[in-house]
Amino acid sequence: MAFKDFIFRKSLWLFHFGGASCNNCDIEILDCLTPRYDVERFGMLLVGSIRHADVLLVNGSINHKDKERLLELYRQAPKPILVVAIGACGCTGGIFAGGYPFAGPVDQIIPVDAYIPGCPPKPEAILSGIVQLIEKKKTEKAHA
Amino acid sequence: MSNTKIIPVGPYHPLQEEPELFKLYCEGEIVKDIKWETGYNHRGIEKLAESKTFDQVFFLVERICGICSTSHPFAFANAMEEIAGVDIPNRAKYIRSIIGELERIHSHLLWVGLAGHFLGYNTVFMWAWKYREPILDLFEMITGNRNSYAMFKVGGVRRDIPMALIPEVRKAMDGFKPKLDLLIGAVMDDPVIHARTKGVGVLTHQDIIQFAAVGPTARASGVDIDVRRDDPYAAYDMVDWKVIVTGEGDVFAKAYVRLLEMVESVSIIEQCLDGLEKEPEGDTEVKVKNIPEGMGTGRAEAPRGEVFHFVVTDGGYGPVRHKIRAPSYVNIATFKKSCIGQTISDATISLAAVDPCYCCTERMAVAVDQRTGNMLYSGEDLLKLSHMKTEEIRKKQ
Ligand code: SF4
Repeated sequence: MAFKDFIFRKSLWLFHFGGASCNNCDIEILDCLTPRYDVERFGMLLVGSIRHADVLLVNGSINHKDKERLLELYRQAPKPILVVAIGACGCTGGIFAGGYPFAGPVDQIIPVDAYIPGCPPKPEAILSGIVQLIEKKKTEKAHA
Repeated sequence: MSNTKIIPVGPYHPLQEEPELFKLYCEGEIVKDIKWETGYNHRGIEKLAESKTFDQVFFLVERICGICSTSHPFAFANAMEEIAGVDIPNRAKYIRSIIGELERIHSHLLWVGLAGHFLGYNTVFMWAWKYREPILDLFEMITGNRNSYAMFKVGGVRRDIPMALIPEVRKAMDGFKPKLDLLIGAVMDDPVIHARTKGVGVLTHQDIIQFAAVGPTARASGVDIDVRRDDPYAAYDMVDWKVIVTGEGDVFAKAYVRLLEMVESVSIIEQCLDGLEKEPEGDTEVKVKNIPEGMGTGRAEAPRGEVFHFVVTDGGYGPVRHKIRAPSYVNIATFKKSCIGQTISDATISLAAVDPCYCCTERMAVAVDQRTGNMLYSGEDLLKLSHMKTEEIRKKQ
């Protein structure tokens, strides 16, 4: 575990899972990669496979079809993995929580480490959330 | 068929920001057939709308699609105003058009960026998205949010654009124009982009008619349709602008249409600002107390094409039926024509060229087993799902 904790302190690689979302959160995540916000300066990279990822970003409400895929992705992910729920939909289901396809907010399906609320959260908020998560990991290490 | 290989793309693929699954049936490098599967994004919006009040529905339809988050409220407002029989003040019309056109600019820039990304030309991606930021700042200044603007209501708009803000908007537009020219020049003159997009993913006039495609996809194939001109709403008949149409139908033509539409949008915004200056500040809505029983349709030209809303009311507080048709729903079908026969690397850009938006498109589909004639998702199954949900809620209480 100590080795993995060490890895969590820098250069997190992110995998993005877009559930049943309205796309805005997805776009704001992509926006983090572009010149104004540029997450790559923190060594963060959006990767194509969950097997390469340190962090699983989940946004959007989760419907029945997504639920199985999310569970499967979580199963395939190298552990420990940090899960970040992005947006009102990821945190609670947001405006779609009453709909018939809704299968529960993310934290009822897989364990979540950080919540970034907002509809959509600004890229600054996403960055700040992930940076806070790194900070938290660092202090956890110091206490241990 | 023995040589056919299936290449799956998705559902969670780093190239796509939304979940959807494409299966490319290939022989060697050539795509022979394509199938796609959606449903990852289904949220049951039409049903949800029936449980909300008219004011709440605006926030809901805004969240059908984040990229064109004004076109749905636009169409819904048009439908509601048809039922209520109200005519909104000119100031509100101008503000609606300004928001609509700003949205077109940000959406088209987003597309240009993603198209560059699909071509493996990330410089274009980064540039276009960098130029998009000042537009989002403008949105934040006018509406308070970067993406979901919450500007519309029955009978007008929620927030005024105060006179003091107008010079700021003008300044931002003036700052944006040279960047847009630069981008147009860069895309139009680039030999690499020419080589990758000319003659690729061609849709003929006939194809467009057959698939009933709309928006820039249709206009790039010489089909001259645009709701803003054909069925004017908001301030589009009070300003001077033209519909961009070209005939080639390939990916390059679609880029051409979108880039030049942005120039038109800038000009529409500037004319609307002129109009805004002549109208009294604060005159942004007519109060609508009751929505009578009735039926109404609303259309709006989203960045991707025509959005259509059909609303039935019974004199109560919310719609009793709300039917939505988004442009991608018809545009996506053109993949069957544009991708087949292409190489795999060209198929991706042909897919991206119609600017598909899956979150608009999701429907509950019921498949029928051909042999038995039974529905694969029958009424009983739905009932079971609903019972399961009730159980879950009970457990929580
Ligand atoms: S939180 Fe808001 S912006 Fe994000 S996916 Fe949900 S509705 Fe869209």
